[in-house]
Amino acid sequence: MSTNNVDTGRRRFLVASTSVVGAVGAAFVAVPFLSSWMPSERAKNAGAPVEVDISKLEEGRMLTVEWQSKPVWIVKRSAETLANLTKNDASLRDPASENPDQQPPYAQNENRSIKPEILVLVGICTHLGCSPTFRPDIGAADLGGDAWLGGFFCPCHSSRFDLAGRVYQGVPAPTNLVVPPHKYLSDNVILVGEGEEAA
Amino acid sequence: MNSMIKWVDDRFPLMKMWNEHLAEYYAPKNFNFWYFFGSLALLVLVIQIVSGIFLTMHYKPDGQLAFASVEYIMRDVPYGWLIRYIHSTGATAFFIVVYLHMLRGLMYGSYKQPRELIWLFGMFIYLALMAEAFMGYLLPWGQMSYWGAQVIISLFGAIPVIGDDLTLWIRGDFVIGDATLNRFFALHVIALPLVLIFLIVAHILALHEVGSNNPDGVEIKKNKDANGIPLDGIPFHPYYTVKDIVGVVVFLFFFSVVVFYFPEGGGYFLEHANFIASDPLKTPEHIAPVWYFTPFYAILRAVPDKLLGVGAMFAAIGLLFFMPWIDRCKVESVRYRSSIYKINLTVFIISFVVLGWLAMQPATPTLTLLSQVFSFLYFGFFVVLFITSKNEATKPVPDRVTS
Repeated sequence: MSTNNVDTGRRRFLVASTSVVGAVGAAFVAVPFLSSWMPSERAKNAGAPVEVDISKLEEGRMLTVEWQSKPVWIVKRSAETLANLTKNDASLRDPASENPDQQPPYAQNENRSIKPEILVLVGICTHLGCSPTFRPDIGAADLGGDAWLGGFFCPCHSSRFDLAGRVYQGVPAPTNLVVPPHKYLSDNVILVGEGEEAA
Repeated sequence: MNSMIKWVDDRFPLMKMWNEHLAEYYAPKNFNFWYFFGSLALLVLVIQIVSGIFLTMHYKPDGQLAFASVEYIMRDVPYGWLIRYIHSTGATAFFIVVYLHMLRGLMYGSYKQPRELIWLFGMFIYLALMAEAFMGYLLPWGQMSYWGAQVIISLFGAIPVIGDDLTLWIRGDFVIGDATLNRFFALHVIALPLVLIFLIVAHILALHEVGSNNPDGVEIKKNKDANGIPLDGIPFHPYYTVKDIVGVVVFLFFFSVVVFYFPEGGGYFLEHANFIASDPLKTPEHIAPVWYFTPFYAILRAVPDKLLGVGAMFAAIGLLFFMPWIDRCKVESVRYRSSIYKINLTVFIISFVVLGWLAMQPATPTLTLLSQVFSFLYFGFFVVLFITSKNEATKPVPDRVTS
């Protein structure tokens, strides 16, 4: 093969342009493979709303139900607990629940609930997704002693939340616990997963 | 025999490869104890691949069946318990061997010019190994599998803007479930082992191109005899193949003791909470990763901010990649370096071990403070090294290797 009279500019252009076309083709081939990792239609269809009967829930107790494979907590708070909530405000990151992603509008109030005493929360820590433990014991020595007015403690990375699911300052979790969309079907039956706005 | 080898050699570079990588690969004659761990890592890889293949013959990567199929392997499959304990002990052994192998590199400056690529390939092997171990740990589908994966996948959620979509894409569902388990199985048994093998071949080819370092950090290629053979070099085979076999025997002794007498390693190799089937509603009271991830986990826990904590954790691993450029000292071996470097390296090793211990303890305010102190010391190693290594008061390096 003769190497005389080779138009190197033309050769470089051909090599570069075919490489670019090849790379674009490879990118298109990657799309179906990468997309196959997104939730399937079956996964998207799962997760119907869950009805919960709270007639047997006693004051100060917590009930856990499963919604979309996530734990959902329902806590019945006493009048004293509700009165204590405002005492925490100064040491919280978002005491007024101003982050709209963490609760539906109808739960954006001082108790973060529809009925003041009934708290509904997704029991997943906003830090790295562990499920915190329910620690209603006021003054627990391992959680800050007298300053602890009850709440939730995440065993994974020690994030703390008060009894409205509001996050304390100085812990790894960035935001308050999520209040899921929910509504009351009757006085004692809650539908978790479908909010008042959808009704 | 000879004519058969000649027949093959005319068609395939058999003897050429044998000579290049074994019989005529000249390694420094002063290798010590620390030089066992490279070949041991290769041995553990083989153990893991063989035991792993046999485990896949009985395991079911299905959210409904996985936990029970592991129980089935342990109780009903003939010698299934042995194969599984070999595989689980192999994971721990892999990290012990690799950590010692990396420490050797830090002590003798094996990452320095011209061996930067060997170190980089090695770091990528370490990264792939961590991914391999993490995905393998999900497969028994116990409580620790589930919540460990929940935490690690959530780490990616800390990335601004794309975080939430990225975690959704990794999980393949809105929570960890069958989809996650199934894809982790595929990655654990096919994709990552292939990546590992490719990286190991690159690691060894790069090593054999530039030649091995040694405890004195002296280039043996500088002093060659009339035939071009390094004066301080000895052929890898038979000298080091035989030496490594001694290492293998000692290693297998300890390995067997664990497999037969302490397969759970007191809850550190197989965590107790993992004997309970995964429950998406309840996190175990005390959750800690397996021991080989704990130093980085302690750093994550020490920072009271989600994004910064995740950033610090990844930086703790990422900084190691840059060792060849952070360490600006020309002297390779710790033997001829200043006491500043010796102290700095010692503090680094202590910090790594203490952080590892701290992450296994429940998070109390005192221990969190300790984690912060030792995280600071861990990162301090790189800062002090970068500042002091440029004009370090080193000792004279000998021309030839000693003893």
